[in-house]
Parts: sequence; C-alpha cells; structure tokens
Amino acid sequence: MTSTEKSVSADSFRHGGGRSMLDRVQHALHTNPSLVPLLVLVVSVLVFGILIGPRFFSPLALTLILQQVAIVGIVGAAQSLVIITAGIDLSVGAIMVLSSVIMGQFTFRYGLPPGLSILCGLSAGALFGAINGLLVSIMRLPPFIVTLGMWQILMAANFLYSRNETIRAQDIAAEAPLLHLFAAKQNIAGTDFTLGTIFMLALVLFLAFVLRHTAWGRHVYAVGDDPGAAELSGVNVRGTLISVYAVAGLICALAGWVMIGRIGSVSPNVGQLTNIESITAVVIGGISLFGGRGSIMGTLFGGLIVGVFTLGLRLLGADAQWTYLMIGVLIIVAVGVDQWIRKVTS
Amino acid sequence: MTQPILQARGLVKRYGHVVAMDGADFDLYPGEILAVIGDNGAGKSSLIKALSGAVRPDAGEIRFQGQPVQFNSTKEAQRAGIETVYQTLAMSPALSITDNMFMGRELRRPGFAGSVLRMLDWGRMRAFAREKLNELGLMTIQNINQPVETLSGGQRQGIAVARAAAFGSRVIILDEPTAALGVKESQRVLDLIAELKARGLSIVLISHNMPHVFEIADRIHIHRLGKRLCTVRPKNCSMPDVVGLMTGALGPESNPAEVVG
Ligand SMILES: Nc1ncnc2c1ncn2[C@@H]1O[C@H](COP(=O)(O)OP(=O)(O)OP(=O)(O)O)[C@@H](O)[C@H]1O
Ligand SMILES: [Mg+2]
Repeated sequence: MTSTEKSVSADSFRHGGGRSMLDRVQHALHTNPSLVPLLVLVVSVLVFGILIGPRFFSPLALTLILQQVAIVGIVGAAQSLVIITAGIDLSVGAIMVLSSVIMGQFTFRYGLPPGLSILCGLSAGALFGAINGLLVSIMRLPPFIVTLGMWQILMAANFLYSRNETIRAQDIAAEAPLLHLFAAKQNIAGTDFTLGTIFMLALVLFLAFVLRHTAWGRHVYAVGDDPGAAELSGVNVRGTLISVYAVAGLICALAGWVMIGRIGSVSPNVGQLTNIESITAVVIGGISLFGGRGSIMGTLFGGLIVGVFTLGLRLLGADAQWTYLMIGVLIIVAVGVDQWIRKVTS
Repeated sequence: MTQPILQARGLVKRYGHVVAMDGADFDLYPGEILAVIGDNGAGKSSLIKALSGAVRPDAGEIRFQGQPVQFNSTKEAQRAGIETVYQTLAMSPALSITDNMFMGRELRRPGFAGSVLRMLDWGRMRAFAREKLNELGLMTIQNINQPVETLSGGQRQGIAVARAAAFGSRVIILDEPTAALGVKESQRVLDLIAELKARGLSIVLISHNMPHVFEIADRIHIHRLGKRLCTVRPKNCSMPDVVGLMTGALGPESNPAEVVG
C-alpha cells in the first residue's frame, strides 16, 4: 500500500477535515499495531546505549540478547497464533519440555535413532496441541481452562516419565549430536548466531507471511475477530481452531529441540516460566488479547524488548527486580494502548 | 405452476422454551422477488438461517430445485448458489473490506505461487471488490484496505449486499438489507435487487419497510408466530390489509387475495 493511498483513506472516513495529530497516530497504529513495540525497542536500545556506552553495542551483548530471545521468540510465535484466535495457551512451556524429554528419552532409554526420536517428540507436541484445539473448538471449553489443565497434566507426565532424570550434555554430544543441531554457531562480525536464533527469525518471518498471504492466515484472524461472523461467511471455524492449536504445539516441540541445543542437556526441570514469558512477549508486542488483531512481528519486538531490558539493567548493575518491574509496567501500558487503538471506529 | 427453486415444509426450531419456528413453510419460485414480512420475533431470521445452512432445524424438510437437501454449513448453501445477507451482516470488524468480501472463498495467485505457496491474489481481489462497490455506488469508500469497523453502519450494510450480489448465482436472501441505509442508498439496493431479478436470480427480501415491499415484491410471505400465515400478491391487496394480517388484527380467511402455495 502506498502512503498516498493511506492518507486518502484517512480523510475519507473522517469527513470535515481537521484531524488532530493524535488521531493520525491512532489510525497509523490501528493499521500497523507492531509500530508501538518497534518504537519502544528503538528507544530502549538508544537509552541503554547512552547510559551504558559502547559496551551495550558489543557483539557479546547482541549474542546474549539473541540467545535469550531465541526460545521465547519461538514459543511466542506459537502463543501469537493462539492469542490471535482470541485464545490463550498456558501449556506452551509444558509441551516444549515434555517434547524435549521425549526426544531425549526415546534416544537414550529405548535406543531409537535420534532422528526418529525427534520426529516422535515433534508429533507428540502437535498431538498435545491438537487435543487443546479439540477441547476448545468441539467441547467449547474456555482456552484458559483447557490449557491450564493441559499444563498441569503435561508437567506431571514430564516428571513421571523422565523419572526426574537429566540426560547429560556429554552423552548427547557423544551419542546423539543431532539433538544439539540448533546449537551450531555461525560467527558474523563477532556476534554468535546460533542455528536456533536463525530458526527463530525464519519462523517468525514465515508465519508473518502465512498470516498475511494465505487463506488460512486470514481465517485465523477472522476466527479471533468474530467467530460467528466467520462461520456465517463460510469459514470452517472449528477446523481453523484445531489447526492453530496443533501448529502451536508443533512449534513448541521445535522450541524443545532448540532448547536442548541451548542448555546442552535434556532436563525436565526447565521452562517453568516459558508460558508467562511468551504471553509477555505477545502482549508487549501489541497483539490484542481480545483476538483478531496484531502482527507476529510485534511478538519478536516484544521478546527483544524484554531481552534488551534484562541485559541493559544487568550491565547497569541494577537489581534484577528492576527488570521485572519495568516489564510489568510495559505489559500494562501495552494493554492500555491496545484498548485505545481498538476505539478507532466512526 | 413451475416448481419452487427453494422450498421448506414444517420447519421447527426451538431454543430452550422459545419456539423460533413452529412448522414453518416456505416457497420461492424461480426469478421472483419474495418479500417476507412479520413482527419482531416472528421468526423470519430463523427461517432464512435454516434455508442458508446457518442453523440446522430440529424438524422439517428443505428442497432445493426439487431435491431434498440438508445444508450443514453456510458454505454448502453457498456452493449451491445461495448467498445471504444476514441481519447481523456477518463481517469481521478488524479486517479489511477486501478480506470481508472474500472471506471463505479467497482467490489464489495463478501458477506456482498459488498452488504451492498458497499465496492469495490481493491485486485481483482488491480490483474485484472495488468494482463491486462501484456498481453499488458505494464510492464514498475510497480505500478497499480500510478495516470494516471504520465504516458507517450503512456502508457496512452496502458491502454485505455487494458481497452477496457478487457471489450469488441462484438465490439471494437479504435480511433487512436497507435497515441502516439512507434514502438514496436504499433506492440503490432496491435497484440492485431488480437487476438481480432481471439476471434470472430468485430473491428473498425481509423488510419492515412496507413501501419498499410493495414497490418491488412479486409476492409477500406473511410470517406470524413462527410460521407462514399466508402469501399474498401486492397487486391484489392494500398495505393496511397486509399490516392487519401481519399483526393479527385480520385473520387470513378474511383476505380474498390470498395466493395458495
Ligand atoms: N440463537 C438463539 N437463541 C435463543 N433464542 C433465539 C435465537 N435465535 C432466535 N431466537 C428467538 O427466536 C425468536 C425468533 O427470532 P428471529 O430472529 O427469527 O425473529 P425475526 O422475525 O427475525 O425478528 P426481527 O424482525 O426482530 O429481526 C425470538 O423470540 C428469538 O428470541
Ligand atoms: Mg430478524
């Protein structure tokens, strides 16, 4: 869309001219909700850069931020899909951990080839997600409740099945290096890009494309916006919901694989906060919890904002609690901005 | 007489204790404009939702071109060539006009991009949407990418009508399509309905506007208390008679102009 086309539209639905600056901003955000997090990201990088100096722009700092954001970005992408349908998925972290445990245990306990174990882990993730989707769409249970239950069930299953055992990094490196695939590093200008980070970026771009340029993507938005209207228009609402939750489960399982590369071992004790972190990234990224609006690029920016704050405050020597405090403020501000944007109606 | 293109017998639909349809009958003949009138809550919307696949009746039979059919979704009715403008308009407010026009029947790009990458053909969809809005004289809307929620109620209704007119190939059902429209825009919709009829489509028009009904309907289906009370021809009876029948002030037997079937 060209900028002239945009300005014509802006004038055409507010007759009588005299639009204030604020109206313009509101309208721009309405068409492009990820502008806010992008702006916050740029401003926070600048502020921390000024406060900390060149150390903040060092390749090491970038490496740390990207590593931290890789997992949250991938799980956040799954969470974004679900939240765009006006749902929520509290089980993302549990699916991620249990899938990684399946990949590890199938290899080491049953001696399956790592490739096959990984396939099993990915299928399990998709299956757990599909069960969430079936319960939400066919049984019409609230997503919050379904995934709260699924979170508990999968976490318990995770500890029971793994017998609370960790598979050591050396063993994985020696016997099943495929599980460490996403730890592979590429050094670009002093910054380490792991395959996991690159995968995260590719996944976000791919999903942004799918949401914008395929019928399925448009249906995901329509289902979140007004399921009744979508149904009457001829959209398969149930099928769309089930597929969204299943795809989210699959993405979480992929995050589990990436996580094995990140921490080296397979442990049932990680990812306890991943669900909250992913929701945080989505909300700061400007995706509406009411469904139907927001872009997945926003989630990436949201995750990066959290990463920048975490690292920036740490380099400033501030208490880690300041990070949580700032993120809390950002969440509330983001939801406030969303409410304001949604008021754009004539 | 020719066979009805769309027909229903004894439709029943209950919502708890509320009986929305109580043995409703319906007949629509090829190429005609049938107005359906009735008090608020008479069950008009419920009837057309059953005909368009949006609601599954508890009992009764629907025939399309003489064949018994069961539409399990609006999609199935759409495939049979039945398009509907619902009273609620069925639009996704946050999505654009183009999105809404093509929701559920998006156009894909030709070749590899469409068949393998499943990419939508935004250019073609936008051009089509613009053309259809033009036809309806809705060019106060300039940007086809505008979210529907930024439009006025009348503009939204116009888009819903344009969508149905663009895709319907046999039957078009309109549930109060001019309720939010201005005088000029209402007249445009009435002209469009006449044009659709001229193209050979059959039209069902639900309206509370008696002058409109008398202006364009070939027959008037009077709905009362969940069922069809009778069908009349506007040529043979007056507006006060029709209103009397609709509200129950007159019994159907008192109407000499009744049309059977
Ligand atoms: N989904 C539903 N759930 C419960 N009751 C319903 C539902 N849909 C319709 N009804 C009830 O069925 C009856 C008929 O409603 P319907 O919408 O068909 O009337 P109508 O003739 O279209 O009225 P109006 O002229 O106001 O549009 C009403 O009493 C209504 O409350
Ligand atoms: Mg109605």
